[in-house]
Amino acid sequence: MSDTPILRIAGLSVALPPGADRAHAVHELSLDLHPNRTLCVVGESGSGKSLAALAVMGLLPPEVRAVAGTIELEGQNLLALPERAMRRIRGRRIGMVFQSPMTGLNPVMRIGDQIAEQFRFNGRDLGVDPRRRGIELLDSVGLPEPAKLLDTYPFRLSGGQRQRVMIAMALALEPSVLIADEPTTALDVTTQVQILKLLRELQERHRLAVMFITHDFGVVSEIADEIAVMRHGELVEHGAASRVLEHPVHPYTKQLLAAVPSLEPPPRAPVKAPIVLQAQALQKTYRSRDRLFGRHREVAALRNVDLAIRRGEVLGLIGESGSGKTTLGRVIVRLLQADSGSITIDGTEVSQLPRRQYRPYRKRVQMIFQDPFSSLNPRRTVGQIVAEGLLAHGMPAAQAHARAREFLRIVKLSEQAAERYPHEFSGGQRQRIGIARALALEPDILVADEPVSALDVSVQAEVLELFEEIRVRLQPAMLFITHDLRVAAQICDRVAIMRRGEIVEEGPTAAIFATPRHAYTQELLAAVPGKSQPVLGHSAPRPVLPIVAEIEPT
Amino acid sequence: MAIMYRLLRHKGAAFGAAVIALVVILAAAASILYPAGPFEMVGGTFEPPFQHAYPLGTDGLGRDVLTSIVYGTRVSLLVAVVSTVVAVTIGLLVGAVSGYFGDRLDDLLMRITELFQTIPSFIFAVVLIAIFTPNIGSIVAAISIVSWPPVARLVRGEFLAIRHREYVEAAVVLGVSTPRIIFVEILPNVISPVVVLASLMVANAILLEAGISFLGLGDQNLMSWGYMIGEGRSTIRDAWWLSVFPGIAIVVTVLALNLIGDGLNDALNPRLARGVRA
Repeated sequence: MSDTPILRIAGLSVALPPGADRAHAVHELSLDLHPNRTLCVVGESGSGKSLAALAVMGLLPPEVRAVAGTIELEGQNLLALPERAMRRIRGRRIGMVFQSPMTGLNPVMRIGDQIAEQFRFNGRDLGVDPRRRGIELLDSVGLPEPAKLLDTYPFRLSGGQRQRVMIAMALALEPSVLIADEPTTALDVTTQVQILKLLRELQERHRLAVMFITHDFGVVSEIADEIAVMRHGELVEHGAASRVLEHPVHPYTKQLLAAVPSLEPPPRAPVKAPIVLQAQALQKTYRSRDRLFGRHREVAALRNVDLAIRRGEVLGLIGESGSGKTTLGRVIVRLLQADSGSITIDGTEVSQLPRRQYRPYRKRVQMIFQDPFSSLNPRRTVGQIVAEGLLAHGMPAAQAHARAREFLRIVKLSEQAAERYPHEFSGGQRQRIGIARALALEPDILVADEPVSALDVSVQAEVLELFEEIRVRLQPAMLFITHDLRVAAQICDRVAIMRRGEIVEEGPTAAIFATPRHAYTQELLAAVPGKSQPVLGHSAPRPVLPIVAEIEPT
Repeated sequence: MAIMYRLLRHKGAAFGAAVIALVVILAAAASILYPAGPFEMVGGTFEPPFQHAYPLGTDGLGRDVLTSIVYGTRVSLLVAVVSTVVAVTIGLLVGAVSGYFGDRLDDLLMRITELFQTIPSFIFAVVLIAIFTPNIGSIVAAISIVSWPPVARLVRGEFLAIRHREYVEAAVVLGVSTPRIIFVEILPNVISPVVVLASLMVANAILLEAGISFLGLGDQNLMSWGYMIGEGRSTIRDAWWLSVFPGIAIVVTVLALNLIGDGLNDALNPRLARGVRA
């Protein structure tokens, strides 16, 4: 344990405006940051972890206020400082890295100018040459050709590169404290590994005290020296990383740790049922055309993709952003039309059917969407949302609404939910509504596009359990699209790894996870955060359910 | 009904709503209050206002100015409301089709919309009325024809934004028919900005109608505010009240509608409401 803390948060309370669901966003929080150590603040959405960080930066939104406690930076109480003085602390003494690398940089300013701004407002007296320092900084965060990069605009950079630029900017004035709010959440796993490594290197080089906010225990186990677990604005557990991970005391910590899906696939017998969905040689290229001059850009999203799913089987489609996995899902539910190739359902070729003739097949192929907020129409009641598909396929209204209620019960929502509007539900409940909507038509094929990615871990575990139940009870052929290998390990019978529009490897989940053959699969598996941490990851409890059709066939 | 509540808490909107309510009552009660009608010559010519019999005076033919203003509310409201309803309907249809289907159809519809937008709306309306015979029907038609393009543009933009929301895609995957997706899934989500725009269009239509009547292109059988100002214009130095009172009626009504539009905007987009209205 090193010396005196550089930043001390003591008894901090942040009040929410009246009418919020609780009085304090953060309640009597006390934490210390030490040089050259990383404190991970872990919590689910609404735990107050981000507001605590913003309080340190003096960047709380106007409607919330720090009402009690102190935040001392080397003995100076930041909460008592006027805005002018706080401005000299930000950047110079405390740097911050935000979550979204896509919106964190100004799209119409060159990288070099954005870095130079740091010096313009903060370092006039430092006498630095912004260009030389800019090159140094970009070099230090491992970006190639820094001199050239200074003159480019952010849109030319990938997400990971942008996050590196943001880190370089946060460190431009050599602060002693770095606050990182979910800095890798929006990144692909392979990029995440690199950014975490970079943060650790920089920390050692500059003896930074890092406050790292995250919801991901995998990431925590990779970088934390200390862990603070927050829930509903309160600190529930705090201690050395190894102690908290291996011997959690608070039930909530235990629950969070248990909710992280294991990377170890449970044994599953190969599914022998007949093939329901088969896709062959699917091709899809996106073309954007400049209408005036006829120039165009092409991106091949699908190149010769083949897949087949049997009844009751879950095929995991794994890939990073831009791999074409979402395009493939959309082509299968026919939100997009492939350029060529065939899709057959129970042996019938459907991809070339005209719209009108395809309509009966709509009922058989359903989709579950990623975002539980934008996937439900805010102006319609939950009952209307779930019944809509049944009505579209000609079921009388009374019957459709009765069935909608039945399916709400199957996804473990009360029947009264039917009368309410989506905004009255939490993210996990909304995702259940989306699942009920897809199930109501009793589809033979279910495409789930990152259905648990937007959910907190504990909610994610519940929804995964629901998927397991659906698999057993309703036995659809399921295409489960995900970027999360832990989730894939738990739910999928087989997995297909996708990269740049191609399926590079495919096989039974256990086999692929145990002995990945393709270099890219190996890279992906190696990048899973917390893989070396045995305490992480418990297999989802297998619900033991009789395989009976509880739903009367229509 | 939370929206009504929020709207009436907005002071400007509450005032606007009160004014419009009064105007509507006057329009409805005109023939009870003044059964003789606005064209009846009741008193001496050019009687100044604030006398006993005719509080707002009389005109060159001895017609009561107050009676004329009260009857004028009928024409103004009728023309404004009907033309706005027609314009919003055209705009919604064009915008919805354009935004939902996109591509070539969108290009075509938007070029047509632009064609309408390139001609100054008042002059365009005057030309249209001059081509038809000037009566209340052609005035409504002309105002509708010049007013729909902004609605179409607004609705198109909203449709483009919502078209690719996941709930719309979910409806497509469920097999919901296209008209139902447009009208049941998307339209209710674009209606709030349209309502705000419509309240401002009513105000604009009142001004257009007044302008048209002022030029003498109005319906000769109906008393309207614009006609009154047009008639009073030549004697404005001797009988100011002939132009000023109908002018005030126009200003107050248009202002009230604008305040309602403002209030609606805040009530329907609470997050955009500017600051805390203490």
